[in-house]
Amino acid sequence: MALRPQLKFLSAELLERIVAEARDILCRLGTKVQNPRVLEMLAEHGAKVDFEKSQVLYTNSLLDRCLKSVPAQFKLFDVLGNETHDFSGNKVHFTPGSAALHVLDYQTQKIRKPDTTDYVRYVQLLSGLSHISSQSTAFISADVDERVSDSYRLFLSLLYGEKPVITGTFTIESFQVMRDMQLAVRGGEKELRAKPLTVFSCCPTSPLKWSEITSQNVIDCAACGIPVEFISMPLSGFMAPVTLVGTLVQHTAETISGIVISQVSSPGAPVLYGGSPAVFDMRYETTPMGAVETQMIDCAYSEIGKYLGLPTQAYISLSDAKLLDAQAGLETAMGATLAALSGINSISGPGMLDFESCQSLEKLVLDNEICGMTLRLVQGIEPREDFPAQPIFEELLREKHLLISPHTRRHLKSEHYFPGPVIDRANLSRWREEGSLTLGQRAHREVEKLTASWLPSRLAAERKKELCSLMEKEARRWGMEKLPSRPLEA
Amino acid sequence: MKILKQIAQCLESGDEAGVPPLVRQALTEGIVPKTILDDGLIAGMNTVGEKFRVHDIFLPDVLLAAKAMYAGMDVLKPLLLSAGVSSRGRVVIGSVQGDLHDIGKNLVAIMLKGAGFEVIDLGNDVSAEKFVTAAKNNDARVIGMSALLTTTMPVMKEVVDLLKKESLSGKIKTIIGGAPVSQNYAGEIGADAYGYDCAQAVAGVKKLAAAVQ
Repeated sequence: MALRPQLKFLSAELLERIVAEARDILCRLGTKVQNPRVLEMLAEHGAKVDFEKSQVLYTNSLLDRCLKSVPAQFKLFDVLGNETHDFSGNKVHFTPGSAALHVLDYQTQKIRKPDTTDYVRYVQLLSGLSHISSQSTAFISADVDERVSDSYRLFLSLLYGEKPVITGTFTIESFQVMRDMQLAVRGGEKELRAKPLTVFSCCPTSPLKWSEITSQNVIDCAACGIPVEFISMPLSGFMAPVTLVGTLVQHTAETISGIVISQVSSPGAPVLYGGSPAVFDMRYETTPMGAVETQMIDCAYSEIGKYLGLPTQAYISLSDAKLLDAQAGLETAMGATLAALSGINSISGPGMLDFESCQSLEKLVLDNEICGMTLRLVQGIEPREDFPAQPIFEELLREKHLLISPHTRRHLKSEHYFPGPVIDRANLSRWREEGSLTLGQRAHREVEKLTASWLPSRLAAERKKELCSLMEKEARRWGMEKLPSRPLEA
Repeated sequence: MKILKQIAQCLESGDEAGVPPLVRQALTEGIVPKTILDDGLIAGMNTVGEKFRVHDIFLPDVLLAAKAMYAGMDVLKPLLLSAGVSSRGRVVIGSVQGDLHDIGKNLVAIMLKGAGFEVIDLGNDVSAEKFVTAAKNNDARVIGMSALLTTTMPVMKEVVDLLKKESLSGKIKTIIGGAPVSQNYAGEIGADAYGYDCAQAVAGVKKLAAAVQ
């Protein structure tokens, strides 16, 4: 077995102190939970609840019980029911950054609002990106009523794509149809529970608060076995202490409070110990996801999650750049590398620019290669047929090269990762002869090629029909008589 | 014909042992050696070259296919000679004087053989005179020169100038390659072609050889 390269930021002593301080915060200061039903549940399980102020003080025994009942691992399955994700140990999976408001239009190089055509192209493209193993509902189609904009993304993803989906609701009301869509794909509640198809992002509000919507989402998901990723977003220096350790204490407290809400409603409900914290840039008043300190916080909280025995998630392989430029590449690659070395199980971010608010199909193509390289990186260095070394060197000296050696042929493709054409490895003359293409141009070619070679999802026709009827019904509920026309019927 | 397709496919899969029996079978079916060469072996190598160009397959696959090609040629060569069929042409190849690097040159030689050329490999540290003499003595159509060092590049020009001096420029074409060399440099010194990698070198030699036929 190869030694898995691994990154650690926290000593055992520091980690335990951070967790102890976070627990202390939960027991002494508590969190706000603006949801009467959740408050009642928490009170029933021993928390001290001030219903008037919606304030919850947790107890150590409640925290212990919940941290004990939460599963250490779970799996995801695609729309056809095949296993695609094993969130356990240090296994890593990539998923695109989700819920962007904008897309970067390749033709105009302008950031604009996306529509249904963009979303379908995104799903088609993602089907062909082999290192990004799930879809996320990556951006919000602006040609539907806002009240269906969350369910509509999931609908299109399930209709056109096969990969499981990282998603979430924007309202309490949307949950039902988003669950029903999954039931339509799987065929029933039992089947969905046995083979989870989605992960829902549920975000506490920093500092130390759960809104009605997100806390409701947590218990709704838990009730039917839909995994949840907690996305705590402390901002160092603004809505959290400026220090990385202080931010980690807050992230830990907010995330553990989410675990408690999930586990008191349904013990054993699957969760990812996730987040999207950031340092706050005091010059631009922004939340840089590409900042090295943001990425350090991500990796460190993943260490805490693993210490608590949970699979982890982070928004980390993404960029704050506005174009597919060198900054976009460097921030994404640095994040992906650190995340994979930290063993973050679900790494969110590919495709994303502009502080989680703009998706780019061309960037997804580049990021897919970053993911491929990173996945190779964490496989580490493994002796294969290398010892004793003498025979292969005898062969080399005899044959003058090892290009067609059986040893080369056996190990070439597992030892060396071969990126697609977006990564330039041609010599100067060949690069010139092939048009002196920039990275953006090469990525765009791949977008065109992969969307053109997309094949419809193999989900059964009657299930697709049911998805359509669920979406149409939901749209009518909110006054939309007709959904936008779709570029290609799935 | 089915057997020719089988030969091509066998060659594409790099099956060195599989090609000769198929070539012999084609002969027993009455197919003339030239057709077996063109529509079986060379057709297979052309497919391999194209797949390599678009990265469907990698260098080891090409070299294995080339080895399979040699194995087929071993069967055909005496028959082609007695039938008076010439090969695709002879190519003299070497690393230029002062240059001891021959990895790239060796790869090109292997692939040229795989493409059906007869290759006279002069090794490394080859002088201009040696290139030209070998080309004349072997009735070669093309001289291929490789250099890794900028200091040895001028030898390429010496070869081109010597051919000119001996009025052989039209009869013996030149192609150059190697890390410091470029299309521009080929133009500057009057070389007939430049190959930026092995596959391009083979494509260049094919064109040049056809031009002097």
